[in-house]
Order: sequence, then structure tokens, then C-alpha cells
Amino acid sequence: MNITEKKSITLNVNGELHHLEVLPWVSLLDALRERINLTGTKKGCDHGQCGACTVLVDGKRVLSCLSLAVMKENTEITTVEGIAKDGILHPIQQAFIDHDAFQCGYCTPGQICSAIGLLNENKAKTREEVQDLMSGNLCRCGANRGIINAVMAVKENASYE
Amino acid sequence: MNNFDFTKAADVESAVSSTQKSKGNKIIAGGTNILDLMKYFVTEADILVDINSIPEIDNITELPDGGISIGSLMTNADTAYHPFIEEKYPLLSKAILAGASAQIRNMATNGGNLLQRTRCYYFYDINTPCNKREPGSGCSAINGYNRIHAILGHNESCIAVFPSDMCVALSALEAVVTVSGPEGERKIEFSDFHRLPGNTPEMDNNLKQGEIITGIELPTKGFSTNYSYLKLRDRASYSFALVSVATGLELENNIMKEARIALGGVAHKPWRVKEAEDFLKGKEATRENFAAAADLILKGASGFEHNSFKIDLAKRSIIRNCMMALDPESQRPGAKPSL
Repeated sequence: MNITEKKSITLNVNGELHHLEVLPWVSLLDALRERINLTGTKKGCDHGQCGACTVLVDGKRVLSCLSLAVMKENTEITTVEGIAKDGILHPIQQAFIDHDAFQCGYCTPGQICSAIGLLNENKAKTREEVQDLMSGNLCRCGANRGIINAVMAVKENASYE
Repeated sequence: MNNFDFTKAADVESAVSSTQKSKGNKIIAGGTNILDLMKYFVTEADILVDINSIPEIDNITELPDGGISIGSLMTNADTAYHPFIEEKYPLLSKAILAGASAQIRNMATNGGNLLQRTRCYYFYDINTPCNKREPGSGCSAINGYNRIHAILGHNESCIAVFPSDMCVALSALEAVVTVSGPEGERKIEFSDFHRLPGNTPEMDNNLKQGEIITGIELPTKGFSTNYSYLKLRDRASYSFALVSVATGLELENNIMKEARIALGGVAHKPWRVKEAEDFLKGKEATRENFAAAADLILKGASGFEHNSFKIDLAKRSIIRNCMMALDPESQRPGAKPSL
């Protein structure tokens, strides 16, 4: 039987460095929630099917449940806790409120990180393309129409700048 | 997941020497498939070897003959959105973007796409027999729920399908896989890379122990004028194909100088039938000719209790996709049922 040692790693989350001792199989999701106590990122399916655990790594949206914490050193990780700046909501966060883009809220942190990733990518031009490129985030309450409305509003409406 | 150790490989050679030592030493790149499988205990590892710090397999390079080589470590998203791929190999770009979700495409690598395992539910369920997961234990799908399973190339040992979209386009484009191993480098024609189940369904492909994929070479011919990728599935997005078709045509006055048609979601590997492509050569690009080619491609197809519908679905998809290839404008988002 293998005796595996913990690895010493440093994660840069929302601009703060966190030094952790983790076993290799600890997911980024579990490291964020259980070790760094950032519980905004949610565990839904834990298998990459629901998108609730979406975070931004170097500005790109990825699934923290299918990432190992030991593989995310030397990256900049942004969770939903790091989106608002100085108490001012990110335009996407404000748009989610304005457009009724959630009900229970469990998928919302992942939806918001995913939507910001979509805006960073700048590939979705039409509503249909936004729908397609947001399909990795499930909403079981059925707030999808509001979610897409919110993303479209930020894309199209200068008042969200 | 089982308890495993973790190490980083600084270059291709050290990745090869790590995995050569033991079958339990496995490569991790994007991790989207292997970690999922490990969470279900379908796959176990003694050591995961992280290859993400090998820059020379993370780029696109032009080949002397005019083709290109795509690094195995490049992500699916970076590949699909690469200006060169979008312009010269739009079929590949479309196929990649038809697969998975934006998040997964940001993580998953090209090499990993080729090596992903089937999504057969019995393969994933460690409490049921599966010859692919546990050789000799039997196939639960043959007499089970088999709606997503194979209609071509299957046998009594395994009726699983290979789930990739990207590989359907690579098959049509006649890509070549470059690999590095204990005995040096070698190239594998795409049609020889994946396997049919035969007596060894546990082997998805012809990669040997210790070999890792370093790149995917694409020939000059990209079929960028007349191409189409059609994916039919149970929901509009983020679902595996029931049937998918990649078509590339080379036309001169509506006469086909060359035709490539590959199917996904129907067999243990991307499915191409040379006889059908030869039949189209020199003929007019008409619905009737595409229908005749579709019959040739589906020759010998047989279904099971829940998936026989795929045979007709595949034929119609081929015809429709070839017609769309005549007018790639018709593939704009919203103009096809898959988006």
C-alpha cells in the first residue's frame, strides 16, 4: 500500500495567497470550501455535469470539482467571493438581481463565474450562442430565461459597464 | 478516489519513463475524464503524472508540406478558436465546439480527447459486469438499456461507442497522431488509432504502455469551402451524440472530386466507409447520391432493443449533413437543430 505524503502548495485565490498541506486527491473545490473556507463555490454533482463549482482560473471558467488543488499552483483563481470590488457588485451580479436570474441560488455562484468567463471569451454574439455557451451550468429551479436575459443585458446594455 | 501519489513531468521523456515503469502510473493533463472515472472507481492510479508543464506540446506548428501539427496539450477551446483552425479546418472547429461544455473545453486537452473512455452506463457502474472495465465479466448493455449504444462494428463482447466529437472530424480529415514512447517517436494514421472491440474491448486504442500523444497532424486539405458537422442528441447542448456526422467535400461544378464522411456515436471508433466515399467521387452532389452513399455506410448495421432507430437516423443525418456541406452558411447557429 502506498503511503502518500501531503503536498505543500500555495494557492492564489482572489488575490490572497493561501499556504496549504493537501493530499494529492483533494479537488480544488474541496480545498476552496473546506480548507480556505470560501464556501461560495458550490458542490453540485462533483462530476463536471452541473457547473455549480465553476470558478475562474487565469480568467478562464473551469470546473473546480474536476481540478486537483495540487495542479493549480501558480495560477490566479477567482471565486464568486472575489467578483465584487470594494463593495460594488460586478455588472453581472447586478444584472442577475435585476433580471430575476435565480430562485434558490445554489447554482448562482457557478452561473456568475461562467457568465464572466463567457464575457471574457467574447465568442457569443447572439442569444442562441449565449444559451449554447452557458449550457454547462444547470439551473434546476428553471431560472434559465432570467440568467440568459441577465447575460444579454450586460452584453448589450452600456448601463452595466 | 483511491489514494495516489502525484508528480510533475518536466518534459516528454520523463513523462514516458514514469508511465513506462508501471500501468498504475497514469498521465493527467486536463483531468476532466480521468478524475471523473477515478471518482467512480472505474479507474485507479498509483501515481498521477502531471504533464501540464511541457510547453513544446502546447502549440500549433506549421509542417513543411503545408499541413499543421496541433499540440496534444492544447485545450479543446484554444484549438477550436484558433484563427488558423477556424479558417483552414472549420470542420474541426465546429466538431470540437459541439462537444462538452465551455468549462470542459477550457480544461480538456486534444490528447485527452482522443483517449477519453466510453460513456456506456455499465462501464461507469462498477456493480455491473463490463468487459471493457473488467475483461471476461460480460457485457451488461447487450441485454440491458442500450439506447446510446453501437449499431456498427460491435460484437458480443462490447457494444459501447466512442463518445468524441473532435475525433469524428479528425477521422474525416485523415489526421495523423504522433506519439512518443520508450522506443522513440512514431506516427499512427487516425483510422488505425482507435480499435473495434474484437476480443479485447478493454483496449480503446493502439497506444502502447509508456507511449504518450505529442501531437495531431492535419494534412493540407482542410475542406474549408464545403464542410459540415451535424450532431443529434437528446438535448440541444451539452450532451453526447446519438449520431453525429462530419462531411468534407471537394467540388468542381457540383461534381465531387473528393468526399469524406465520418460518423460518431455509432461505433467503438469513428466510422468511415471508403466504398461510400469512392462511390461519390466523380458524381454530382445530389440528395440521391448522398442517400446511396448513406446506404453503403450503414451496410451491415444492426441495432439492439433500444437503439435500432439510430440506423435510419444515421442515414438521414448523412444526407442532411452532406446537403448542409454544399452551403456552409446553412450551419450558422440557429439554422440547425443541434444548436
